[in-house]
Amino acid sequence: MPAGSTYTPIATTTLASQSSVTFSSIPSTYTDLIIVINGVSVANQPANFRVGNGSVDTGTNYSRTGLSGNGSSASSYRGSSENFFYTDNASAANGAAVSITNFQNYSNTTTYKTFLNRNNDPGNNVRAIVGLWRSTAAINTISATFGATLTGGTATLYGIAAA
Amino acid sequence: MIGAITAGLFSAGVAPVTNSYESIATNTLSSTQSSITFSSIPSTYKHLQVRLISKADAAGNGYSLIVSANSDTTVANYRSHYLEGNGSSASAGTYQSEGGAYFVGGSTGAGTDANWFGATIFDILDYTNTNKNKTFRALTAHDRNGAGNIHFSSAVWLNTGAINSLTFSLAGANMVAKTQFALYGIKG
Repeated sequence: MPAGSTYTPIATTTLASQSSVTFSSIPSTYTDLIIVINGVSVANQPANFRVGNGSVDTGTNYSRTGLSGNGSSASSYRGSSENFFYTDNASAANGAAVSITNFQNYSNTTTYKTFLNRNNDPGNNVRAIVGLWRSTAAINTISATFGATLTGGTATLYGIAAA
Repeated sequence: MIGAITAGLFSAGVAPVTNSYESIATNTLSSTQSSITFSSIPSTYKHLQVRLISKADAAGNGYSLIVSANSDTTVANYRSHYLEGNGSSASAGTYQSEGGAYFVGGSTGAGTDANWFGATIFDILDYTNTNKNKTFRALTAHDRNGAGNIHFSSAVWLNTGAINSLTFSLAGANMVAKTQFALYGIKG
């Protein structure tokens, strides 16, 4: 039976002098999760993610492949066996940066977890990054760590259900 | 209250989304298949979105997804372009030889750990509009901890017919169990 209306806000945080945000006890009832971060205060700050079950994994179990454009050229880069899923552009001084991260099939216990991130700051660059968490554990906790203390903007967790 | 949140509250300022993004159908493979089809797609939405994880049964990696509309596999009716990042450089290319919208490199293959799947999110804009050809756009990617790639792709179906079915397959391979396609409708 179709799940009907989905893309449901689960939780949101207004960033207030904080260098990280954590979403915990995430329900397992969705198929994908999306975190949208639109930070203010400091330009070109990243949102670096850790995920886990109960507590976030701090081991070197993350990796990524990225594609970036800076207004004059395009480039690609990679990170292997890292202890964060590193992204970029979660905050700009004028709030123009947006980071959107999809956590695909986050609650299954049979596959490693793939993340799709798009982030952009019009004053700096635009990026798309694929990440991998080498664990079959279901995700119920996600933390985002910023490169600086942010005041202003929001971090919101959404759940998307499948039929 | 759904769960406990360490930081962040259920915001009174965020109204629940109602009836604007709906799940239409989901297909999770229990065994290897060459293709799957969503048929009888309702015409009541403005756009469609498909979210999937996928893995091929063939050796190697980076298998591409082919999406055909309304069972049309005429090669001349599709054209695709992509921008790719392979971890060391960016490049671009085009396809018109696959009988469907061609989304490059989103699936892992049998050459990787059994638990490694690729991911794709793609949109079909204005899918029921009979005054225009149909535009597809996709983000496809997989990472293999030291290898992998990421692509932006766009494609056109040179047909003004309303889309009522979508068929998915992998170029040169079958899709293994646990591959999952989820179809969503976006109202406008």
